[in-house]
Amino acid sequence: MLNTKDILETIRMIDDENLDIRTITMGISLMSCADGDIDTSCRKIYDKITRKAEKLVVTGEEIERTYGIPIINKRISVTPVSMLLASSGGEPVKYAEVLDRAAKSVGVNFIGGYSALVQKGFAEGDEALIRSIPEALSHTERVCSSVNIGSTKAGINMDAVGLMGQVILDSAIQTQHENCMGAAKIVVFCNAPEDNPFMAGAFHGPGEPDCVINVGVSGPGAVRSALHKCPYGNLTEVADVIKKTAFKITRMGQLVGNAASEKLGVPFGIVDLSLAPTPAVGDSVAHIIEEMGIEVCGAHGTTAALALLNDAVKKGGVMASSHVGGLSGAFIPVSEDAGMIEAARSGDLSIEKLEAMTAVCSVGLDMIVIPGDTPASTISAIIADEAAIGMVNSKTTAVRVIPAIGRVAGEELEFGGLFGSGPIMKLHTDRSSERFIERGGRIPAPMQSLKN
Amino acid sequence: MKAVVTVVGKDTVGILAKVSGECAAHNANIIDVSQSVMQDLFTMVMLIDISDITSDFRDLQNSLGEFGEKIGMKIHVMHEDIFNSMHNI
Repeated sequence: MLNTKDILETIRMIDDENLDIRTITMGISLMSCADGDIDTSCRKIYDKITRKAEKLVVTGEEIERTYGIPIINKRISVTPVSMLLASSGGEPVKYAEVLDRAAKSVGVNFIGGYSALVQKGFAEGDEALIRSIPEALSHTERVCSSVNIGSTKAGINMDAVGLMGQVILDSAIQTQHENCMGAAKIVVFCNAPEDNPFMAGAFHGPGEPDCVINVGVSGPGAVRSALHKCPYGNLTEVADVIKKTAFKITRMGQLVGNAASEKLGVPFGIVDLSLAPTPAVGDSVAHIIEEMGIEVCGAHGTTAALALLNDAVKKGGVMASSHVGGLSGAFIPVSEDAGMIEAARSGDLSIEKLEAMTAVCSVGLDMIVIPGDTPASTISAIIADEAAIGMVNSKTTAVRVIPAIGRVAGEELEFGGLFGSGPIMKLHTDRSSERFIERGGRIPAPMQSLKN
Repeated sequence: MKAVVTVVGKDTVGILAKVSGECAAHNANIIDVSQSVMQDLFTMVMLIDISDITSDFRDLQNSLGEFGEKIGMKIHVMHEDIFNSMHNI
């Protein structure tokens, strides 16, 4: 028999500590939709997505009610569109438009996969797709884009890095009237996972099955609250508390994933064991770090605290799920985390510290608002730095920065909703990285032995 | 199929009677009940069998939820699997 304490703990986690399933993401392969004619290809895409995901939202809502657990987002990820563009040619934005229409028709709030994988070089369709990203994102509402520019095995494609700086800047310029939202929907990856359910970086990798259900869990509030009950424990005990909480959170993700997979008749893929914050009070990763004893996120010790958190989340979660994948770890998106927003506002959290934190956490420089006059080459250099951390450490890193066009450091940009709001962070734009970026070429893949 | 009904809030007269009444009205069989009152805070956990309920699970959730709002208490009706999976290995 269940014990009352456990039951009430679950209810408290959901009601008071913002525990939720962050996303159920259906991955759909579009390889079968490839056609020599772009219009035929688009028609097949629309048909396949609306057929496969017809019941995704309704099923999600049904599971939500049965188990009493909120499922915040229902989303779709698709095969990187550059692969379809390779056979069809034509105007890439047509693909973005059809994805947007399909997303609206089935009622999902985002669809990811306007993507290209170019870590070693550009195949046919890749460069055209990348150059079309700013236009695609300004013409659509729900489409998300990602580009993988590096990997531990391939090195870093610096031509693509150079291109992405400009693409991010142009996306912000073209969506200036919407608070530069375009740039918030592009992620530049190194070592991109193929089964990530989280936006904006979700795409359905070429090694994935035809259709699959991936689940992303969340719960920074629940972890913080558990730590709050252990104010004097040493760090071994802290790690233990985090592991136990992560276990419970992940079990819920596994349950929801299995239920969705069964109801939709689609195989279950993975649970992404992530601590994804939201701007809501009490749902912050920064506040977990502060609960551990760092006065403000960004102070010395933050990287160590984050490393402990990230590792304990994985250890607790791995046992709770049959298949783990995606990004799995603690996210540090500045504009989406109440504690990080405060720390950035007060100047305690700098971009340099964030970069160090990305070496030990799950993703990278995420949702960081930068001054609108940042040169494209500086954005590319930020991407190169971050990709180097990922490449050398065999981990996923990513960059999602938003140039706030027409604004300077110290001001704020308000996105609203899950995207939150971000203080504009100061960069070292007084010193140029242009000549380095202009060189282009590839940074060779790193040694995998002689590790020091 | 079993569900767990939890009632949390300030203690008043007739909570158990009303909640069991609602369950009976939907033909949900009560298997186990435990309740406690600590410093005026009433907590009740009820395990019910919902295999033969006459209405939709959603209707049962709605009617108990509405009753909870009326008396100023929080009532949840959730499938037991969520608790089993979270708290048992």
